[in-house]
Amino acid sequence: MKNNSVTPDEKQIDRRIIKNKLAKGVFFLGTLFGIIVLAALLIRIFTQGIAYLDFGFLSNFASRRPEDAGIRAAILGTIWIMSITIPVSLILGVSTSIYLEEYAPRNKFTRFIELNLANLAGVPSVVFGLLGLTVFVRLLEMGRSILAGGFTMSLLILPVIVVASKEAIRAIPQEQYDAAYAMGATKWQIIRTVVLPAATPGILTGAILSLSRGVGETASLLMIGAMTFIAYTPASVLDGFTVLPIQIFSWASRPQAEFQAVAAAGSIVLLVILIVMNTLAIIIRNNYSKRY
Amino acid sequence: MKMTKVVKMGTSLSAVLLLAACGNKSEDKNSAGANEETSESITGSVQVDGSSTVFPIMEGIAEEFSIENPKARATIGVSGSGGGFEKFIAGETDISNASRPIKEEEIALLEEEGIDYTEFKIALDGLSVVVNSENDWVDYLTLDELYAIWAEEGDADTWADVRDGWPDEEIELFSPGIDSGTYDYFDEVILNGDQIEREASLSEDDNILVQGVKGSPNGLAYFGYAYYAENMDTVKIVPIENSEGDVIEPSSETVQNGNYEPLSRPLFIYVKHESIVENNAAYEFAKYSLKMAGEMAQEVGYVAMEEAIYEESLATLESLK
Repeated sequence: MKNNSVTPDEKQIDRRIIKNKLAKGVFFLGTLFGIIVLAALLIRIFTQGIAYLDFGFLSNFASRRPEDAGIRAAILGTIWIMSITIPVSLILGVSTSIYLEEYAPRNKFTRFIELNLANLAGVPSVVFGLLGLTVFVRLLEMGRSILAGGFTMSLLILPVIVVASKEAIRAIPQEQYDAAYAMGATKWQIIRTVVLPAATPGILTGAILSLSRGVGETASLLMIGAMTFIAYTPASVLDGFTVLPIQIFSWASRPQAEFQAVAAAGSIVLLVILIVMNTLAIIIRNNYSKRY
Repeated sequence: MKMTKVVKMGTSLSAVLLLAACGNKSEDKNSAGANEETSESITGSVQVDGSSTVFPIMEGIAEEFSIENPKARATIGVSGSGGGFEKFIAGETDISNASRPIKEEEIALLEEEGIDYTEFKIALDGLSVVVNSENDWVDYLTLDELYAIWAEEGDADTWADVRDGWPDEEIELFSPGIDSGTYDYFDEVILNGDQIEREASLSEDDNILVQGVKGSPNGLAYFGYAYYAENMDTVKIVPIENSEGDVIEPSSETVQNGNYEPLSRPLFIYVKHESIVENNAAYEFAKYSLKMAGEMAQEVGYVAMEEAIYEESLATLESLK
């Protein structure tokens, strides 16, 4: 009886409120699920690995004895690889996106290239590993070196950087170009003073995402011949290398339970390196957004 | 002006990392300098790659080798037996590890490339067949029964199909992945090259197989002895009837004396002749490997061969130099 006295308008409002609450619930549950899984993972890694995480773990090379095993070669290898990958992929990626967005004629061929770039971002990393093995390791005779690894990794993450940078550049309002042209600026001046400053935060976001993928990358580097055991510190880009995820995987697949804990300790180191890298990038990005 | 900022920003990230790398490099030079007085005369580098099964043994050997010869560089990759041979054929490695003998087509390719090599056995592994710890019916299995269970063409899907009186429950199979030498060996001696049961769960990580059997009462798996040795409390070993009709359980003794057959398999290294002659580090490393292999094998969970075999191998190695 009471319901009959409610006007249609109020009914509609009630329904909307319920829908609103429902939507909120779904989104909240979605977020909660992700956070719980992440928390469970982190708690497990930390409780398992923290016991093995000491100075010796950072400064020792790998060992057959879990208590002596260290991650030094892998940390240095990852740093070396990144020190090649970051400049190479950023310079190539940003140049490519600027050319495609600012200079390339809008025709079928350009669209074809852009489509392929997007597809490349989804190619399995093993395929990039095969490419690196054929081109860098064998054809260009770089051997199973840091240089070959860094270039292969650059190729692997390049598509993501290009796509993200292109989106960032495309988001710049046309008015800003018009204003710059009206003041008599050349294309190069516009890129320097308008495009790059405005696109930098977007470019860096893409770079963060893709470099994080790169740091955790195993398959392509194994393919080009990354080592698993190395007992020396690489002194040049032509030396052999191993990286953190390869070392961690090698430990995780050992039969001894202690090595599982060592693998967890390695994961903590990898997480810390990722966080440091991302924090740096975010600080730089925020700095830039404010200035612009 | 903003341009310079962009460049700065673009390079600062990498600069930070480069600096970090340089810092570590110089620090390492110092430590290398400190070691110089004690170092032996062995210098140069030796490249080893191949099986992940053999890796723990070679890692132990390389670890000790590097401590004794700080100027020599021994690096070990894990490309799998097949991947290792691929690099061996390409001339990229001095020594190739394998958990199976070299295949005909690999031999042909090495001949084509003009690469001479010698095969050395460095240790033994007993492939262990295990069931869930609650499984109280399986007392032993014969090779024919293993075939019936594991082959796609085999006619056993449930335990009752294997032997009368066993429960009528479907057997859950866990096998190493088809890229592994472990699978190759099992495929050869048990399946005679036939297709493995399509419903078997395959994993490249043997710890997953252990977890699989632990988690399913009707589970059945096979993997290297080291994985059984580490999980003796939680999974149950299945003794296997050998060709003599004896029912044998894998152990250091039964694997070493050859009673646990045919599931005992040798682990190999393949050494390139050219490296032995021209690369002193490779020769010394190979020599060191053959001397240490037995001890290291035991330490990481495999089985050493009899001393005489290693001595014979060392003599063979000497004759190659």
